[in-house]
Amino acid sequence: MADKVLTANRLSDGISVWLDAAGNWVESLQDAFVARHAEAVSALEETGKAAFADNKVVDVNVIDIEEVAGVLRPLRLRERVRAEGPTIDYAPGYKGLTGPVQAA
Amino acid sequence: MYRYDEFDHAFVSGRVEQFRDQVTRRLSGELAEDAFKPLRLMNGVYLQLHAYMLRVAIPYGTLNSRQMRILAHIARKYDRGYGHFTTRQNIQYNWPKLSDTPDILAELASVEMHALQTSGNCIRNVTADHFAGAAADEVADPRPYAEILRQWSSVHPEFSFLPRKFKIAVTGAERDRAAIQVHDIGLHLKKNDKGEIGFAVYVGGGQGRTPMIAKKIRDFLPEEDLLSYTTAIMRVYNLHGRRDNKYKARIKILVHETGAEELARQVDAEFAQLKNTELKLPDADIQAITTYFALPPLTERPEGWASLAGWKKADPDFARWVQQNVQPHKHPDYGMVTISLKPIGGIPGDASDSQMDAIADLAEEYAFDEIRISHEQNVIFPHVALADLEPLYRGLVAQGLATANAGLITDIIACPGLDYCALANARSIPLAQEISNRFGNPDKQAEIGELKIKISGCINACGHHHVGHIGLLGVEKKGAELYQITLGGSGDENTSIGEIIGRGFEPEKVTDAVETIVNTYLGLRKDSSEIFLDAYRRVGPQPFKDALYGGSAQEAA
Repeated sequence: MADKVLTANRLSDGISVWLDAAGNWVESLQDAFVARHAEAVSALEETGKAAFADNKVVDVNVIDIEEVAGVLRPLRLRERVRAEGPTIDYAPGYKGLTGPVQAA
Repeated sequence: MYRYDEFDHAFVSGRVEQFRDQVTRRLSGELAEDAFKPLRLMNGVYLQLHAYMLRVAIPYGTLNSRQMRILAHIARKYDRGYGHFTTRQNIQYNWPKLSDTPDILAELASVEMHALQTSGNCIRNVTADHFAGAAADEVADPRPYAEILRQWSSVHPEFSFLPRKFKIAVTGAERDRAAIQVHDIGLHLKKNDKGEIGFAVYVGGGQGRTPMIAKKIRDFLPEEDLLSYTTAIMRVYNLHGRRDNKYKARIKILVHETGAEELARQVDAEFAQLKNTELKLPDADIQAITTYFALPPLTERPEGWASLAGWKKADPDFARWVQQNVQPHKHPDYGMVTISLKPIGGIPGDASDSQMDAIADLAEEYAFDEIRISHEQNVIFPHVALADLEPLYRGLVAQGLATANAGLITDIIACPGLDYCALANARSIPLAQEISNRFGNPDKQAEIGELKIKISGCINACGHHHVGHIGLLGVEKKGAELYQITLGGSGDENTSIGEIIGRGFEPEKVTDAVETIVNTYLGLRKDSSEIFLDAYRRVGPQPFKDALYGGSAQEAA
């Protein structure tokens, strides 16, 4: 079984989020809680359903990831783009998901 | 351009407040997602990979400076400083907060804009020739008819829950710049022997997973029958269009399965019931709407001819820009200017807030306050005096908006692709950027001549790859991106669907493949006047297959 994390988009602003070990929705995949066995995956799925029902997040999905040298990496390109943001420099001062980049 | 009346203002403002209430109830948890999703889609709010996306309608691609400044303001205040102009002549914002969308819609309403019917199974934004009103080859301006269709179709109760979305395009010119034959309904304005205005009516075109060229079901429809006949088509579609399978629900499938002749018969039967009802367009109404689209006061500016010759001689870059991006206007002292949103290596269709503001300023100063968005994702100033081209050019250069590539190989259409879109399987923008960089040299582009590359990141074909001279379709294969190449597509008056040339190419190989195709064309064309599409139609796919695959078994794989 591939390792899994729970991801969604935040209701209020649509930003991609992942569930961490403390049950918070965080903006970095690297802070996500990784489910490595079936019981943990079931728990993720239950948490996702509850969060959706609680109107905190939308588009909730369990996704496959791998851990390479301590870095979490989704198996599907789609999820990698979601985790890292657009692969293009889409506007002056912006890169990836996080908004303005620091001035050099 | 059309101005809202009191009813329009009240209607759009009412919808904003209705949506504000819906968003408030959604955020408080009173409305569940299942109930809310169709409501947000009716107001143009999608959920994409990274955030919500707001698609704003630009009716038939026409707007003025005041509206463009609000689009810039929204990009700055509510988004990340840019917007993306689309192949539907609309603009999309990629990062709006749901909680901000009612305020954004209120800002839009303040300049007579909205996001209604930019999603859902309804009649979408009616598109038109971006040179409407200015082109020398035009019989009549298509925009009054597009506006009449817009008013008729806005929240039309009978056509708000169609089997699937529905797109109408109108052109008034011999050269089809609105791609009417790949729309659900395509209307071609023409005059009959008596000099009366009417429409050739095409039905059942479309791209997506099943590309179809529309069938002409009426050679001349009098203008007074526009709404009654369109209603008849919609009724036949609404009744018989398939609702059991989303992928077979567009009218193109109905036309294909029914046959154009039988469908035309069914439409005629409906039309007979509707022809002389309240849907008949009174001439006075057509004239009233047409008045909104009157030409600006194009005074004689003959001094522009001499000035232009001098400026071109003095500045080769300016001369190249005029050659490529300025088309003859129906008034000899004027030109139609294409402002390219395809900088070399840039993102097709994107404009920053400051660029949008600059476009608004320049339109006011040099273009009678008229701006268009083309389905090729560029900005158009339809009326510019030749005498004003040089100062306009300087203003565009200052904003990085003077790329001289309209219609050339780097004037690439690309959908947002997997960088943004929840439906995409592969990225479109990075590929467009790589091809643009590869062919960006001005001399090389000029040597290649007219060549339309169109890129879609999934089979839904928002990037119009089926009608690209070279079409690129991104697919996902074994978890990685792969690009399928089609050749020979065209979306003009001689519409054709591109043919798949062989097996797909990995991302790192696809630009080389495009170069191989281009080099093959350069080697076999009769002379530089034979553009890629004509050469392809003459020789067929084989020389390109041989060049790409060396006659190996790979091509069939």
